[in-house]
Amino acid sequence: MSKAINIVSGRVVPLKETNVDTDQIIPARFLKATSRAGFGKNLFRDWRYANDDENQPRAEFVLNDPTYSGKILVAGKNFGCGSSREHAAWAIKDYGFDVVVSSFFADIFRNNALNNFLVPVQVSDEFLDQLFAAVEKDPAVEVVVNVEAQTISVPSLGLQSSFDVNNYKKTCLLNGYDDIDYLLSIKPAIEAFEQQYK
Amino acid sequence: MAKTLFDKIWDKHIVQQIDGGPSVLYIDKHFIHEVTSPQAFQGLEKRGMKVFRPQQIVATADHNVPTLQQHLPIKDELSRVQVQQLITNCKNHNIELYGLGHPFQGIVHVIGPELGVTQPGMTIVCGDSHTSTHGAFGAIAFGIGTSEVEMVMATQCLMQSKPKLMRINVEGTLNKGVVSKDIILYIIAQISASGATGYFVEYAGSAIRSLSMEGRMTICNMSIEMGARGGMIAPDEVTFEYMKGRQFAPGNGQWDRKLEQWKELYSDADAKFDVEINIKAEDIEPMITYGTNPGMGVSVAGQIPGEKDIDEKEKPSFLKSLDYMGLKPGTGIKGKKVDYVFIGSCTNSRIEDLRLVASFVKGKKKADDVEVWIVPGSKQVEKQAIAEGIDKIFEEAGFQLRQPGCSACLGMNEDKIPAGKYCISTSNRNFEGRQGPNARTFLASPLTAAVAAITGEVGDVRDFI
Ligand code: SF4
Repeated sequence: MSKAINIVSGRVVPLKETNVDTDQIIPARFLKATSRAGFGKNLFRDWRYANDDENQPRAEFVLNDPTYSGKILVAGKNFGCGSSREHAAWAIKDYGFDVVVSSFFADIFRNNALNNFLVPVQVSDEFLDQLFAAVEKDPAVEVVVNVEAQTISVPSLGLQSSFDVNNYKKTCLLNGYDDIDYLLSIKPAIEAFEQQYK
Repeated sequence: MAKTLFDKIWDKHIVQQIDGGPSVLYIDKHFIHEVTSPQAFQGLEKRGMKVFRPQQIVATADHNVPTLQQHLPIKDELSRVQVQQLITNCKNHNIELYGLGHPFQGIVHVIGPELGVTQPGMTIVCGDSHTSTHGAFGAIAFGIGTSEVEMVMATQCLMQSKPKLMRINVEGTLNKGVVSKDIILYIIAQISASGATGYFVEYAGSAIRSLSMEGRMTICNMSIEMGARGGMIAPDEVTFEYMKGRQFAPGNGQWDRKLEQWKELYSDADAKFDVEINIKAEDIEPMITYGTNPGMGVSVAGQIPGEKDIDEKEKPSFLKSLDYMGLKPGTGIKGKKVDYVFIGSCTNSRIEDLRLVASFVKGKKKADDVEVWIVPGSKQVEKQAIAEGIDKIFEEAGFQLRQPGCSACLGMNEDKIPAGKYCISTSNRNFEGRQGPNARTFLASPLTAAVAAITGEVGDVRDFI
């Protein structure tokens, strides 16, 4: 399956929290796995379930609310702060999201997301508020993210905003390339660097 | 052209600059641990590759190791498998491992500096956000994700965009009872938990210069808590004195040449920063956090902000946070009862921290209804504490001196704070559930934690000294 990603559209899941840290996204006690798979089932574990029990879902938490679904997570400012655990990006992707929208992303999370073809879409505080308002009014409202055009829009309301992604990363996302493929391709340059550097 | 400390190191490590994209940055040292490395090894193996420069990697087991009876097999099966996997991976790839039982084992950010692996001018990474600690030596050190761990294993390089630069100047003389942890908690409270996102921070000024290496590490350690990519301090005589004679520091033949290079590592007088922040050391008081992000801090003697002081937009998060903590807006924290005291973590588990706590508690006893865990940062810290008789002081006070590891900093092993209980902790994160599901964390300095251990409540160290 190609990892390439360009247009993601559909309904969204609104998470109106600010400073969502990676300990909330995936608590440390679930980091004991030695493979990358399966973290989605513990995404937001302690917000999703009471008493750490899958049989006690917290009805008020948005992932437990059947009103909302989709591949786009919309969250408050400073998303992904805290621990560098890439497990957070794996959990979000594994759960089924391809895009996270916020008005601010923590640096390490942004890199981790991009390395896993989970697109971090950073918008203004105003646009984020408009997005939250739109979903509140109509949970089925369609949102479209276009990586190539670097835009996010709500067609039914005529809302649109652009977002930043550097050219190099955009090429990676659109073609399914990893940084590591690139680095391996320049190994002779790295070895030459080591020679002059030491 | 005038250069910053950051620029001097960064420029020297650029292998290639991609047009309109990131730089390929060469990495000198790579620390790995059991939690964020297994998937990276797996990725390498899937590609049929070996680690490119194994001698530039140092491994340890710290995040989920037990802190009692480390000589016995780890009880928790998943933890045991993870630690075993690290042993196997290091063996297969010829990587030096300071695992359980090794005299150098300990928290990755404690052992790197104390062994002299961490050196000025280096680029250093680890799959852990507190890698910023190593910046205290004048290195570019930052945390990375597991995909990046794999990149460094495969090529000793990373793709990085150059961050913006911030300098925080702390000038003046510190007040009585104020230690480096208070400085950094104060800074974070001033600029918020996201105030330095996108920046790399250099700490400067007379108050920073006056700190020991341990104190500087505590400051750089928590850079990530305001969102910074990393933190750094220009090396000086204090740094060189600390480095001298350490296990892996440059030996006699190399020392003078290295020292010459290190002495060039400072920001030129007219170097430009994107942002500069000035702080008066005299304004800093002993600090404590009251909420669920490290930016929610106040003076121990002060009050939690009232509802009217909070921006409308931030209010729901603020109230949710206080609700989690069982605290009320506009009230004081002093006198608040605590149940646990945790002195440890890569922020404050070095020998100087233990000495500070010991000097305060000597001859005193802990309060009856608190449990006190002291978790040294490394085997070497533990050994030194025993050599100095600090273990006896703790024992007489009724404290538990445990074995090295991350422990209750992240509650990945069995050292968890029970739901609803209050823990005053010298670690770096007070996030919901960080120390165990529904545990409530007050972050503070080792001194303030020591006060709580003796009195059973949050207190102002200035009332005792
Ligand atoms: S002590 Fe805490 S913050 Fe430091 S490396 Fe361990 S888990 Fe991370």
